[in-house]
Formats: sequence, C-alpha cells, structure tokens
Amino acid sequence: MLTERITVPPLLGSNKPGDTDPAAIRNFCIIAHIDHGKSTLADRMLQLTEVVDPRQMRAQYLDRMDIERERGITIKSQAVRMPWTVREGDRAGEQVVLNMIDTPGHVDFTYEVSRSLAACEGAILLVDAAQGIEAQTLANLYLAMENNLTIIPVLNKIDLPAAQPEKYAEELAHLIGCDPSDCLKVSGKTGDGVPHLLDEIVRQLPAPSGGDAKAPTRAMIFDSVYDVYRGVVTYIRVIDGRLDARDRIKMMSTGAVHELLEIGVISPEPIKSQSLSVGEVGYLITGVKDVRQSRVGDTVTLNSRPATESLGGYKDPKPMVYSGLYPLDGSDYPELREALDKLKLNDASLVYEPESSAALGFGFRCGFLGLLHLEIIQERLEREFGLDLIATAPNVVYRVVTDDGKEVVVTNPSEYPHGKVAEVFEPVARATVLTPNDYVGAVMELCQGRRGVLLGMDYLSADRVELRYTLPLGEIIFDFFDQLKSRTKGYASLDYEPSGEQASELVKVDILLQGEPVDAFSAIVHKDKAYAYGTTIASKLQKLIPRQQFEVPIQAAIGSRVIARETIRAIRKDVLAKCYGGDISRKRKLLEKQKEGKKRMKMVGRVEVPQEAFIAALSTSDNPEAGKKK
Amino acid sequence: MAKLPDGEPVPDDGALPESALTDVGGRGFGVYLHVPFCASRCGYCDFNTYTASELGGADTDGYVEAVLAELALAAKVMPAPPRVDTVFVGGGTPTLLRPEQLGRMLEAIDRTWGLAAGAEVTTEANPESVDPVSLRALRAAGFTRISLGMQSAAPGVLRILDRKHTAGRAPAAATEAREAGFEHVNLDLIYGTPGESEQDFADSLAAVIGAGVDHVSAYALIVEDGTRLAARVRRGELAAPDDDVAADRYLAAESALTDAGLSWYEVSNWAAGAASRCRHNLLYWRGGDWWGLGPGAHSHVGGVRWWNVKHPSRYAARLAEGLSPGLEREVLTAEQRHTEEVLLQLRLVEGLPLARLDAAGRDAAARALADGLLTGAGYADGRAALTLRGRLLADAVVHSLLAW
Repeated sequence: MLTERITVPPLLGSNKPGDTDPAAIRNFCIIAHIDHGKSTLADRMLQLTEVVDPRQMRAQYLDRMDIERERGITIKSQAVRMPWTVREGDRAGEQVVLNMIDTPGHVDFTYEVSRSLAACEGAILLVDAAQGIEAQTLANLYLAMENNLTIIPVLNKIDLPAAQPEKYAEELAHLIGCDPSDCLKVSGKTGDGVPHLLDEIVRQLPAPSGGDAKAPTRAMIFDSVYDVYRGVVTYIRVIDGRLDARDRIKMMSTGAVHELLEIGVISPEPIKSQSLSVGEVGYLITGVKDVRQSRVGDTVTLNSRPATESLGGYKDPKPMVYSGLYPLDGSDYPELREALDKLKLNDASLVYEPESSAALGFGFRCGFLGLLHLEIIQERLEREFGLDLIATAPNVVYRVVTDDGKEVVVTNPSEYPHGKVAEVFEPVARATVLTPNDYVGAVMELCQGRRGVLLGMDYLSADRVELRYTLPLGEIIFDFFDQLKSRTKGYASLDYEPSGEQASELVKVDILLQGEPVDAFSAIVHKDKAYAYGTTIASKLQKLIPRQQFEVPIQAAIGSRVIARETIRAIRKDVLAKCYGGDISRKRKLLEKQKEGKKRMKMVGRVEVPQEAFIAALSTSDNPEAGKKK
Repeated sequence: MAKLPDGEPVPDDGALPESALTDVGGRGFGVYLHVPFCASRCGYCDFNTYTASELGGADTDGYVEAVLAELALAAKVMPAPPRVDTVFVGGGTPTLLRPEQLGRMLEAIDRTWGLAAGAEVTTEANPESVDPVSLRALRAAGFTRISLGMQSAAPGVLRILDRKHTAGRAPAAATEAREAGFEHVNLDLIYGTPGESEQDFADSLAAVIGAGVDHVSAYALIVEDGTRLAARVRRGELAAPDDDVAADRYLAAESALTDAGLSWYEVSNWAAGAASRCRHNLLYWRGGDWWGLGPGAHSHVGGVRWWNVKHPSRYAARLAEGLSPGLEREVLTAEQRHTEEVLLQLRLVEGLPLARLDAAGRDAAARALADGLLTGAGYADGRAALTLRGRLLADAVVHSLLAW
C-alpha cells in the first residue's frame, strides 16, 4: 500500500499572506540565459529558505512541464514566496518575505517578460562565469532597466574550472554601470554565496512602494496558466488595496466579473490564504477554463468597488509568424483541431483558423509570437498529441496596397492580391547579436545578405561585440538563427524584437507543376531573392518527385513571368519484367505494396507528389531528414 | 529476422476447400516440379536453390523419393483430376539430376494423373550442364521442350552474373537440343546488367537469333534484396541498373526479335508462332490450375494458392511424417482474384476483356488508350491490349485499370 504523501507545513515565518508589511517584502526576478543556472540557483534558494522539505527536493523543482525540463527553457513563470531572516550585517535577524518571480527566458515571449518585470522591484542578473552574457539576457536586462528595476549582478558557476569571474564581472559592470567588485559570485551547484545573495536582495532591492492600501483594489496579472484540475490559475501582483477570498473580481480590459474560488501564495506548492494585500504576489482561481479570460497584463479589480483606471501596459498578444499546420494523415484533422483547442486554453497568443490547401488538404493557419513559439507548439502537438504534421514554411504578416488603393493584410501567400500591387510593407525587427569579435565579419556578412541595416556596434569587453541591426522579420524567421550558429561555431547569440514595418520590393513566387500552382510552395520574398528561391525549390522538387508517365515541367514564376524551370523526364519503364515462376502472390503483393505507396501521394493536377517531397522541400536545410523535427 | 506470415497455415493433410475443387481442370491443369539444386549460386539469383555445401546431407535420390511422396499425397487431395496438359521442371538446375531421375518423376506424374496427348513437357537447363547424350536421354524420357539459361553472349556480363558457361555455349546447346529432337527450345536473356553495353546486348540478341530457337524470354535484371549482387551495388562496386537503359534494351529486343520472325505474346516472352508459345506459362497467366511439387514450389487450384517449405531437408522430413509440405496458403478473395486477373492478362498480347473492368477501370482504359498505352484495334475489339509503350509501363496501366 502506498503511504500518503506527507506535506510538511511550509514555514511562512511571522509574515502571513494578506498581513505582510510592504516594507518586509522584496519582489524580484532572475534574468538569465538558458543553461546559465537559474533553475539550480532557485533550487538552492528553496532549500535555504526551508520552504521545500529536503525529502521532497528534486532538481529544477520549479520547472513543471516535461518539455521545459528537456529543452532547458521555462515557458511559464511562477512566483514563489520564501521567508528569509537576514543572516549577516547590520540588518541581521530581520524577517522578510522574498517573492521570486520566474520569467520566461526566450526571444518570443518579450511581452510576458515585460509583465513579469513589472511585478518586481528588482532583478538578479545571473550570468554564467564561464560564458558571459548572451544576447537574450542583454535584451531582458535592458527591459528591466527601462522598468527602473534595481539590478544585482551575479556571476554563477564560479566552481567551474573554466570560470573567468574577473573578466565577466568587468563586462557586467560595463553594462550596468557599476563597479566590477559589486558583482556577487555564487555557485548554484554548491550553494556557495547564495545566503549572501539573499541578504543582499533584502539590502539592495527596494520594498514595494507607492501602493495605496486604502485605494480601490488593483492587481496586475503577470501570468496565467491552465490546469486540468483547477482551471485557469492566475498570478497577480497586488498594486493597490487588497483582495479577499470571498470577493467578486472584475477584469478591467473586458469588464468580465468572476467569483473568486481561491486565492493564495505559492511556496512553492499552493497555500490558500484569506487575503492578499499591497505589494504581495500570489495566485487566484475563478473557475474560468481559458487563459484568454484572464490575460497577462490585465488589471484585476473588485466588482463591488472597482478602480477607475487600469494599471496600463496591457497589450493583446499579436502573432508575428504564421505557418500552415497539416496532418500528414488527412483523417487526423479532427484530432489536430482538438489538440489546438486544448493548447489554446493555456496559450493566449496562439491563434489558428481552418484553411485548406490544394496540395496538403485540410489544416490550420496558425499564428505564433515567433519561431520558437511555433517550434514549441509543433513539438507539443507531435509529442503530447501523437500527431504527424507537415508545417508550411513560416511567413510574417505583410500589408499589401494595390493600385486601386485597397489594402490587404496577407498572413498566407495565397492571400497575396493578384492584380497590380502598388506597395508592400513587411515587418522589421531590431536585432541584437552578441558575438566573439573573431566572427564579426561573418555576422555582418549574414546580416547584410539578409537585407540588414547596421544600427551600431559596441565592444562589451576586449573580445565580445554587440551588433545591432534592423532586419526584416521575414529574413530572421527563415533559418537565420541556424545560419548564425553555424557561421560562428555556435558562439553568437541573437535577440530581436518587432519594430514597425517598412516598404520593400517584395514579390510572390509561385511554384508550378505542369502549369498548376502548388499553394504550399508559394512564398513572398524580396525580388532579388526570387530567383534563388525559385531555383532552390524547383531543383529540390526535381529530385524529390518521382518520374511520371509524362514529362513534368517545374516552374517558378512571379505572376505570369517564369523565372526558373526544371523538368522531370517522363518515366519510360514501369514494369516488372520478371516472372517469378508460379509465385503470383509475390507479384500481386508487390503491386499492392505500390498501391499503399500511392495512398501517400498527393495529386497536383495529374502529377503524383509523395508527401515526403512536401516535407523535404519545405524544410530549410538540404537534408531531407530535416523535414521531421529535430 | 522475424517475419510476419504471408498466409494462413496449410492443413496437415494438404486438403483443399471444396470450393477450390469444383471446376478443377476447367481452366487447364499443369504440374510444376521444382529442382532446388545448383552447382554454384549466381550472385543475382534469389530463387529457392541450394548448392551441395548448403544441403546439409540432403541428396538427390532422397529428393526424388520425397517428390514421389508429395505426388502420392496430391493424388489424395485431388482424387479425380483432369489430365495433365503441361509439365514444367524448373529450378535451380534440373539437369543436375540424371535424366533417369527426371524421367522417373515424370513417369510418376503420368501414372498419378495421366499426361494428356500432346502434353508440353519442359525442363530448364544450364547450357554447361547438358550435352548431346543427356539431351537425347531427356527427349527419350518424354521431355518435349527445353529452356536454356543463356542470359548473355557477352563474357563480361556472364562474369558479373556469376554464370559458369562460356559465351558461345548456350547457342551451341540450343543447336544440340534441336538435333536431339527437341522441337521447342527457349533461350533466356537478362538485360540491363551493370556494365552491359548496347553492343553486348545486340550481340546477345544476334546469338539468340542465330541459334534458330523458336522461343525467347528476356528479363530486365532485378537486384533482389539479400543477394550478393545487391550487396555489391550497395557497396558501390556495381552501378544500380538504370530504368532508361532497360527501356532501351527492351526496345532493341522487340525490334531484333520481331525482325527475326519472333513475336511477343507476353511482356517478356517472344515466340515463332502460336504453337511455340509456352503453354505452361500461359496456364499461369490465364488463371489455370497447377500443382507445384518440390521444395518451395507454388501451386494454384481454384483460387487457392499455397507454397511448400523451402529447404529440401525440411520438405523431405514433412513428407516422411506423412504431412503436407505446404508452408502457407492464401484463399484468394474475389478482389485479389480480380487483381491477379488484370495484372496477369494485361501482360498478354491479346490483353484483357474490357468487360472484366468496373466503370472506373473502363474510364481508366479510355484514358490509357488516349495516352497511347493501349492499342486502338484491341480497344475496338473490346480488349485492353498494350502498345509497345504500354508494355514498358504495364505496371502503371495495371494500377490505373484497377482504379488504384
């Protein structure tokens, strides 16, 4: 028989939720690149503050989802309340509450990061002492500085033989304008320096201030997670007033009113509380089933005494990258729809609508925050829902103005207007690349090849360079990151954020098989790249499509103008010229096997195209295997 | 390597379902006899054959006894069979047996079921394993037709195929066979072997024609999995056969053989006249019944196909215990029978009656006619008959006529 799990009541110290003096609260987050040891450092903090029973401790305690743990990234954040008694110095003995707010660490989730930062007064800038700062960390650091957060620079992994804390302390000091000696040195692995770090958080970071305990309640949603058992769990930071467990709350962006079922704090398991007051961080549950009803950035107020003004900063997530997702087996379409419906519950930024492709059948046009978001969704669909998918080449959103002044928003090349096009606008991004100075030339060559405009270049240290570019977003999502990694032996890092749009000389290239356009291969590209795109796809298809009974021309065309052509020669022999004696079964079975193969063919006009050809041609690499997920 | 069974088990007594026996012989009846011995194994061959060292003690006399035992079992399964129209002894290398051993089995077949008057009795032979004396003995034993595995007249090609005979031996053997009294002589050719030149194949055709035989089979080389040839291709020692080259060779064969007075009657077979066509093979292709004797032999009776265990020792052991040597069988569904009918008959010069096709198949036939794959004359006559181009694309036509 199983023994029941014993939960040791966590030590919340003398400061009870809903009854904590704001002066005793420190709300902070950790800004770090993947692999720089954030989760391990968090583990040490959980142990030192004794909120986790040693017997229940496990590595990377806060990373819940498998996919996060395997990829080493954290998609959804949590807020952990930890009591701490200062150990050393003039404030020794002071009892405080530390709220550690976890931030998503990746390029596509900038908005979510910004809301997490807005819930904090300070940030730990955590950098691997053997690797130095990465572009994404830099971007989030700038974001934190813009939010007026107090930054504590910390070098991690000082136990590593390859650690160069002096070198990187210099780099950090240069970035945030402090003295290299201000950088704390810790080892998340051994725990070395972590108690001192916790003391310094109390000493250096400001307590929440400016909140009005008497004012109408305002709390900011900085995260919202769907849980199968509880429905949506919403993470909030109380800015003004207080929330009580029996209140009815109102979402200020929509006016929707919900009954509170539960409020509490995470420590690091959920602990119900009666209330949450100014400066505190916690969760609430209302019974809604879809994170869209409890959106990151929204302001929660009380229905009985609503605030008049929201906290501001709320934005609807806007998809930047679109891709068509099709089930490999057409009969899986209902399963794909169901899977997307489920993922949507936990992902307010995922949008999709049904679309059909002559070549790929029925699927969904899906909008994502960026490439990583796309990859995560695709991987979850394949892994958690067992679906085999074909994804069309991702594209950004274009604004096309036609000669007669009409404006068309194009999220799919098939929506590109047929008539005369006056102007096309494409989204651009500000990109930051950090690279060892040996690769500056290679990075510049790549960026220029992708129509980048250099904005500036800075030496972070003697051998590390920050390059800032404006790049068309469409160029970034097309294997830019892979190219960057391969040209810099993996040393460069990239961050980008959308930054408006620009008019560009873009054209739509269609791929025609025997005169029939294949919608899945159409792409919107810069006119200087149309020929390269056309010849690449045409020659890939020439190799991938088996010979047919007739000659099949493959053409790449802009409108009616053909820019590239390949030919699949007609097959001349398709007959088994062997008799196999009386073994007729073998012959019949060979034929039946071919029939099975034909089932996996998609018809484009009269041309039979194997599905593998679509997958391989749509993959950006030359390796046909790369069509499948890595 | 574990493998799923291809069919259902054969009952121990070899009994056939009643449905299979209702019209036995209405479609013709033949006997195939498999001789699983070869002096050495050719690199391209995936047939059920064994060299002396692979046999593990099974000798040829033991083999003959086992075949006679199977025949006795067959007589019980089909007590009132029709007369035997055709016998075909294939291999392997049947002529590794002594003529009297072959004669003894032939006699037993006659005793069991009775050979029809004018029955066609064929044996395969390797050119190097026959001489005028053995050929006369075979003729005397009752064989009426001989099929010689020539494959090529080019020494280089014979070497790649691991054939032991010299380039001139096959036509010489054909001449000896005719002198020994064989009216019907076939030479087998293989084309598209890696390294074979256009001239090599032209020479092979000329040699076949020069030998004056009344039947020629020409097969494109197929690299079968698990053969030594497949391993050599995989290692890059030999180029994989090229389909375009094979198409050129086929056209060369059609042209040369037609000029020499041989005309095609099945995709891979040419004969000097209707009387020269291989009646045994036609039986296969027209859905006839036959009993296959010997290890690994395939049989078909009334919509049931079965095949024997492959190894000669296991085959003999089953029979010694009084059990059927049948390994597995298939009772064909109506759909499978239709598939086979289309796939086999379309390959014949007279083709397939259009009436045998469903509506979608007839639509496909009309398209195939328009595409130049079926002859206008045949179509007008209610038949789907392949044109020369259609013969080269026969599998694709089969797929379309089956509306797959």
